[in-house]
Amino acid sequence: MQKITTDALVQKAVELLNNNTVSYVLGWKKGEFDYDITPYVFKDEKTLKEEFIYSDFCGVNLSKYLVAKTKELAGKILVFLKPCDTYSFNQLLTEHRFNREKVYAIGIPCEGMLDIDKIKLNLEGISSIVETKEGVKVNTLDDKTIELEKQAILLEKCKNCKSKKHYAYDELLGEEGDVLDNNRFDEVAKLESMTAEERFEFWQSQLSKCIRCNACRDACPACTCEKCVFDNPNSGIENKSPANSFEEKLFHIIRAFHVAGRCTDCGECSRACPQNIPLHLLNRKFIKDINEHYGEFQAGLEVGQRGPLVSYTTEDVEPSDVFNKGE
Amino acid sequence: MQITEHKPLIVAFCCNWCSYAGADLAGNNRLNYPADVKIIRVPCSCRVNPMFVLRAFQKGADGVIICGCHPGDCHYTSGNYYARRRMAMLFSMLDYLGIERERTRVEWVSAAEGAKFSATMNDFVEKVTKLGKNKRLEDLRCKK
Ligand code: SF4
Ligand code: SF4
Ligand code: FES
Repeated sequence: MQKITTDALVQKAVELLNNNTVSYVLGWKKGEFDYDITPYVFKDEKTLKEEFIYSDFCGVNLSKYLVAKTKELAGKILVFLKPCDTYSFNQLLTEHRFNREKVYAIGIPCEGMLDIDKIKLNLEGISSIVETKEGVKVNTLDDKTIELEKQAILLEKCKNCKSKKHYAYDELLGEEGDVLDNNRFDEVAKLESMTAEERFEFWQSQLSKCIRCNACRDACPACTCEKCVFDNPNSGIENKSPANSFEEKLFHIIRAFHVAGRCTDCGECSRACPQNIPLHLLNRKFIKDINEHYGEFQAGLEVGQRGPLVSYTTEDVEPSDVFNKGE
Repeated sequence: MQITEHKPLIVAFCCNWCSYAGADLAGNNRLNYPADVKIIRVPCSCRVNPMFVLRAFQKGADGVIICGCHPGDCHYTSGNYYARRRMAMLFSMLDYLGIERERTRVEWVSAAEGAKFSATMNDFVEKVTKLGKNKRLEDLRCKK
């Protein structure tokens, strides 16, 4: 697949700005370092040319920003969507979260995004990161250089990428890809085959790290309620320190349950978590269960899909029979 | 029975139209069920939000059971079908997190099934009692 360059995207964005197709460009902006890239709304050619970037660190899914930005801004917004972002885009439209008329979507190819945390495990004091054919070349402040293979430093969500195909766009740049075979349920199956004690230990050790920063909720394109139970000081689950009690499990079960059947498995929750908690394993459990008991379902394939938890059949499995797996 | 035996706290969500009436019938017929079962009446089984179940556990329940009309008999036609999916997913998730699966249950009990109500509760309480205290779900901050 031919790689799409920052220049090509900037050129396209400038063209659409100048011919008044759009008034704003929602994209990724360079940061102080090669890896700290932030979502940004560009308004003019100059900033686009100087600060827009599309690199291996553009993991952020921009679709959720459309919810706020389409309300805030008067004109049409150009948004760049990687294949997995298009699922979220559709899901948001299904839930009537933004006005499609106000958006011009361009699908762009993606070859997998990198996880800076994984790079930092290898060395400290990074001065620059240069993309190479096989991965990256990392230079440090004390003039060391190491090369890292891409596969080892991919974001969790990209390791098991489900699709290189775009499901929503007005225009596509680069070549279209395919839905991929992936092993995204392997880890869930592994956990399922453990004993209840082992599973409890696993989740206890993971979830007790949670600092309740709500980043997972905030990053999630399926979490768009304006009033959230987790903001309610009387909810009894507003604890902020890492604790070994049920409180954080309650938070995580509710978070995952609330997006069950709507979660597109975009992986933003795990990417955003500062404590590296594998939240995708909670969401994938729901997805796996739904697939097994109610038929294959992928959220975000098209606008207007009816979710599995807001429908039923009279033949549905009884809750007690769902357990009869694993042990 | 030993006096030191752990007495479980069981929360039973019963829908108003079938299961709550079933519990009533059990009472009228003088069928026993353990006093450890605390019934919470809900308009329909689908009124039970996953949060209710988790909150019950958080506040010290050792087991949670949801009772509703038999599939097809819901007073609101389809409420229990939704509840069935929701609770299947929720209980499966609790199981995935390592919570003993005998602590959760869904049972369909009609208004005429006083005997079933009593048998179900006796069985559920017995299973939960065997598991002992609900250590895995307790929330330290909710302790009195
Ligand atoms: S729960 Fe995680 S994977 Fe699912 S939609 Fe939200 S951020 Fe994406
Ligand atoms: S992002 Fe991570 S640490 Fe923050 S609330 Fe979510 S799971 Fe907890
Ligand atoms: S009214 Fe009994 S389950 Fe709906």
